[in-house]
Amino acid sequence: MEIVRQSPEPQAAPRLPRLGDTAPPFEAVTTFGKLRLEDFKGSWLVLFSHPADFTPVCTTEFMAFAKAHPELRKMNCELLGLSVDSVYSHIAWARNVEEKMGVEVTFPIIADLNKEVATLYGMVMPSDSTTETSRCVFIIDPEQKVRAMIYYPLTTGRNVEEIIRAVRALQATDEHGVATPEGWQPGDEVIVPPPQTQEAAAERVGDGSVACKDWYFCKKAI
Amino acid sequence: MACITAEGVLTESARQLLELLETPRTVDEIASTLGRPLFQVRASLREMTDAGLVVAAAEGGHVLTEEGLTQLGVPA
Repeated sequence: MEIVRQSPEPQAAPRLPRLGDTAPPFEAVTTFGKLRLEDFKGSWLVLFSHPADFTPVCTTEFMAFAKAHPELRKMNCELLGLSVDSVYSHIAWARNVEEKMGVEVTFPIIADLNKEVATLYGMVMPSDSTTETSRCVFIIDPEQKVRAMIYYPLTTGRNVEEIIRAVRALQATDEHGVATPEGWQPGDEVIVPPPQTQEAAAERVGDGSVACKDWYFCKKAI
Repeated sequence: MACITAEGVLTESARQLLELLETPRTVDEIASTLGRPLFQVRASLREMTDAGLVVAAAEGGHVLTEEGLTQLGVPA
């Protein structure tokens, strides 16, 4: 009898998180021991990947993240780094950054040797590198929803100030039910969501509590 | 943070946490007393629970087990 071998079903690529999705849960070995995503419930979280320890662009980024950490903590926001290096490499690199650069790395770093978390979050970009994670950032809210994503290639360091600004803007959106304009900073006026009906548009124009250029473009202070 | 070293000795951070748990305390209480972030306290409690050193208290929070008392050098 002829044995017909069936080719295996092609493996479905994992569905990558999109804005508003629940962040994929994980448990990972980190420089702070085993951590789960759920451990961060109730806090904002900036989960970010870097290509490799002991590389210059990553070192500049880590120094910036470490310097920003106290400010982020005040905003109820934690940091969690990730690369495919071992935990020993992470520890050695963090110690090196402190010793040579004078900056203490105060947040945990995931040792994602088997790329489990990187795969869940789509942090490996094969056209950028098949062996390293690209410079990805996931801003996750206290309910563990993905609220913003940023992807940079290996060559280009991120701007940590912009990441802090994005967290602040998202927090303002949640607190006040508003949108924020380009480059918004605390103290700036915010965008009032545009009216959804003609009646609301007419009311908006006459609303003295907001400053309108036109019915759809209104700002207010918060 | 690892609560027990490879030599089977409590780490300093684990000892500080265990000392608080002679009476039941919630994660929030532990975090604010020790000045540690919530994620770290949750992870430590999970590790200590797995190691049999603490247990969820009936009235909420966590409390030391007999093994936890022994590790602290307190007669159970």
